[in-house]
Amino acid sequence: MSYLEHNLKSTPSGLRKFLFMNWPLTLLLISVASVGFLMLYSVAGGSFTPWAEPQMKRFALGLAVMMVVAMVPIWFWRNMSVVAYLTSIALLFAVELVGTVGMGAQRWIDLGFMRLQPSELMKVTLVMLLAAYYDWLPAKRTSRPIWVILPVLLILFPTFMVLRQPDLGTAILLLAAGGAMMFFAGVHWAYFGAVIAAGVGLVAAVFNSRGTDWQLLKDYQYRRIDTFLDPSTDPLGAGYHITQSKIALGSGGWSGRGFMQGTQSRLNFLPEKHTDFIFTTLAEEFGFVGGFSLLALYTLIIIFCVATALATRDRFSSLVTLGIAVNFFLFFAVNMSMVMGLAPVVGVPLPMVSYGGSAMLVLLAAFGLVQSAHIHRAR
Amino acid sequence: MKRNPKELEYTHRQVSRRALFVGGLQAAFVGGLAMRMRYMQVDQADEFRLLAEENRINIRLIAPARGELFDRNGKILGQNTPSYRIIIVREDAGDVEKVISDLSKLIYLDPEDLERARAEMRRAPAFLPITLADQVTWEEISKVAVNAPSLPGITPEVGLARHYPQMGDFAHVIGYVGPVSDYDLSQMEDPEPVLRIPRFQIGKVGLEAKREGLLRGRAGAKRVEVNAGGRVMRELSRREGDAGADLQLSVDADLQQYTQARLEGESASAVVIDCETGDLRAIVSAPSFDPNLFVRGISVADYKRLTDDPYRPLANKSVQGTYPPGSTFKMVTALAALEAGVVGPGDTSYCPGFHKVGNRRFHCWKRGGHGTVDLLLSLKRSCDVYYYDVAVKTGIDNISAMANKLGLGVRHDLPMSAVRRGLTPTQAWKERVHGEGWLVGDTANSSIGQGFMLASPLQLAVMSARIATGRAVTPRLVKSIDGVEQPSGAGEPLDINERNLRYIRNAMYAVSNDRRGTAYRSRIIEDAYRMAGKTGTSQVRNITKAERAAGVIRNKDLPWERRDHALFVCYAPFDKPKYAVAVVVEHGGGGSKAAAPVARDVMLQALYKGNPPLEAYPSKDRERIKEQQERLDQLRDRVTPSDGNDRA
Repeated sequence: MSYLEHNLKSTPSGLRKFLFMNWPLTLLLISVASVGFLMLYSVAGGSFTPWAEPQMKRFALGLAVMMVVAMVPIWFWRNMSVVAYLTSIALLFAVELVGTVGMGAQRWIDLGFMRLQPSELMKVTLVMLLAAYYDWLPAKRTSRPIWVILPVLLILFPTFMVLRQPDLGTAILLLAAGGAMMFFAGVHWAYFGAVIAAGVGLVAAVFNSRGTDWQLLKDYQYRRIDTFLDPSTDPLGAGYHITQSKIALGSGGWSGRGFMQGTQSRLNFLPEKHTDFIFTTLAEEFGFVGGFSLLALYTLIIIFCVATALATRDRFSSLVTLGIAVNFFLFFAVNMSMVMGLAPVVGVPLPMVSYGGSAMLVLLAAFGLVQSAHIHRAR
Repeated sequence: MKRNPKELEYTHRQVSRRALFVGGLQAAFVGGLAMRMRYMQVDQADEFRLLAEENRINIRLIAPARGELFDRNGKILGQNTPSYRIIIVREDAGDVEKVISDLSKLIYLDPEDLERARAEMRRAPAFLPITLADQVTWEEISKVAVNAPSLPGITPEVGLARHYPQMGDFAHVIGYVGPVSDYDLSQMEDPEPVLRIPRFQIGKVGLEAKREGLLRGRAGAKRVEVNAGGRVMRELSRREGDAGADLQLSVDADLQQYTQARLEGESASAVVIDCETGDLRAIVSAPSFDPNLFVRGISVADYKRLTDDPYRPLANKSVQGTYPPGSTFKMVTALAALEAGVVGPGDTSYCPGFHKVGNRRFHCWKRGGHGTVDLLLSLKRSCDVYYYDVAVKTGIDNISAMANKLGLGVRHDLPMSAVRRGLTPTQAWKERVHGEGWLVGDTANSSIGQGFMLASPLQLAVMSARIATGRAVTPRLVKSIDGVEQPSGAGEPLDINERNLRYIRNAMYAVSNDRRGTAYRSRIIEDAYRMAGKTGTSQVRNITKAERAAGVIRNKDLPWERRDHALFVCYAPFDKPKYAVAVVVEHGGGGSKAAAPVARDVMLQALYKGNPPLEAYPSKDRERIKEQQERLDQLRDRVTPSDGNDRA
């Protein structure tokens, strides 16, 4: 609706849309994915199987999905937001049910050719819904309590569902991305200040109560928190992984040990070397130069997204683009902090590089939205 | 819902502001990540590189080859022979049980070994080789090798194992090796890492144990790259170890073998020492055992048989067995008396068959007595009374000091297990150990090598050599180490008057060569090799008064373990002593009957370096000796296999 307020004459139509795609962004995505192919080839010991080849096929599929999403006008996606959000919630429920039947924490739905993780989908659809919500909401009401509580509920509901799977990493990402959306939309600073203060207070209370009469958690829960925060207390479990990861990363040095020469990954000292810890292999084999280059590529992607968001006059477009950029940022920031030993191990993959179908597919679809916003922007 | 441009403009600016704010936060975070990455990869790179190398590289030890053992003529006594074993790698085998059952159709697999292998397999990673059968024969290995295609995961392997081709002849001298046990490790302060190699063998007993440091050598090492599971990916570098030193013993394997065979059937010991160098030419304890049994790991049944044998095959009687020296000690008493100047060679004592010391009667072995005896006569006919008399005049401390001078009651430093010191009592010793004062009767007992007096066959041989040469001959077992000759045991001249020594030697000559000497029947006829000796018969029980009244029971009517020990010491040739021999036959009866003939045979064997001509023996013995030589030759062929590769 809001789009109609702008001039439509300059919007490209038909195949001309291709030319108006954000090509630098597309090329950046291809470069990052190529880094992923290279690393998957390396950790498989110089082989396209079992990881690099399927990953390339999925990336090709993902690019196609991105194109299709990009061709469709952005206002269509805005109108679909509620449906998309409800579908994701339904899928989360479905996983819950199937998981119960399947005895265990099942996070995916088997689509035959790939496994879809509804929690991945949720990250994008939540951003879409919140963008649509704030597009619809008059600016004056943004900071009114009743209109603040509604999006909070919209965020918390899927977060708790994901937490129950249990998937702490994705839950934190959902929470952070949702909060960021509200912040972009202009919710008053005071709310964020209050939440942060309350959070800090709660954490302080939990830790200060330890060993006193009014202890808030049970002893074993504290021990679990200890292990989570400082893996070296569990040297053969989580601590082993993070120690080996740091050794691999550090031993890479300035320029790395050479392609396929990383002893830590080649000799299996690295855990999950094709998924969550793939960055360490990159850092070991290509050193600081390689690791920093990837970081730079990621940063450029964020910059291009923010630029797109700032260029468009359409509120939904800019909010959805910023939300996706924040999501993407959280992905690699949490993953890199984790492998560098700055954050606890929570199981977040490196976007576009780690082996894994649904995360990449969903991310590319999300970038399709960014492309669509770019093509269908008001000029 | 229409929105006015003003509101649009406001919201757009607000979004832009906040986007830039968040972007700033993100940029700061990315900067932080980059800094962290730089810190780890540039500033700390060396430390992490080191840690990665430590992860990756393992040092594996290469077992050194153990030094070999030779006799004085270069005959192999202890060697490393290829030992074949069959190993299985679980991950290559697939169905382990099927492979094992296929293998057991080809060769015999010990159920005990199999059980141990299965237990090992449950613990170890799948790629580690596990030994299924050790010490398999060449035939079995060939069978396995031929059928290799149908036995996945099974490999024959060759290693080195200790083998003693002389079987039992050197069991007490060399001892044996065996795998390092947890007990061995717990006994060591800081065990060398090489000892942790599975199935590494170390000396357990005897020379193998005492010269372990020389024989073991130094382990080599290889650097290998391993993965996180510990599997070896490739070898990076290799440094071979140093083999252990080869030891050449002073022992003559042929003489040793002859002596062992000659003592067959007895619980006995014999020592042949070279008077000129102190070399131990033979040092035998009978019966013996096959040390190879211990290398392989002796079975419970075999071990029980060895420990239950009343003749104690595991005991090394030549250095570990200490016996009352009996009359062989009389030379010591006589020398002590001569040196002390209390008697001269011509002084006499009267022997009525007993001697009163204090108010106790000490009997001579000859009830009727020897009449008037001087030094020569007393030794030749082994009169006890003369020594009771002389010893009381000399005093026990003088006698003990002389015994120590002649090598009794001192520990000879030989690289063998359980070398005993024996005992030469003194007044102070009895006061200290028994808390009682020394009695003059103790002196009488000691003077004829009874009572507290104890000596090993080795010490008796050393004593004879010292009397023969007048020098402090010291026994030497290791002749050379890696070809480097070890110091000779010829020794410095003893501080004993040569004239006094000559009196003793002449008396010993008479023992063997005078018609009335106690060892006359075991004399050597060959003039160039005349022998001087002394018999001894030591009591292992007290003869009670009642017994004496009833008439002394004849030795052969007693149960074996209560019979007297038979001893004989000698040296030859008389004019230019070359060898000294000591023989102790446990519970063998009289020294002249049981020990002297053995000593003579061994002595002749040593002098002639093989079977002596029959002319060396008194003519009436020759027929019997001829038979004995033939019998022993046969026995020696049977006892020791001709080559070391036959390891049935």
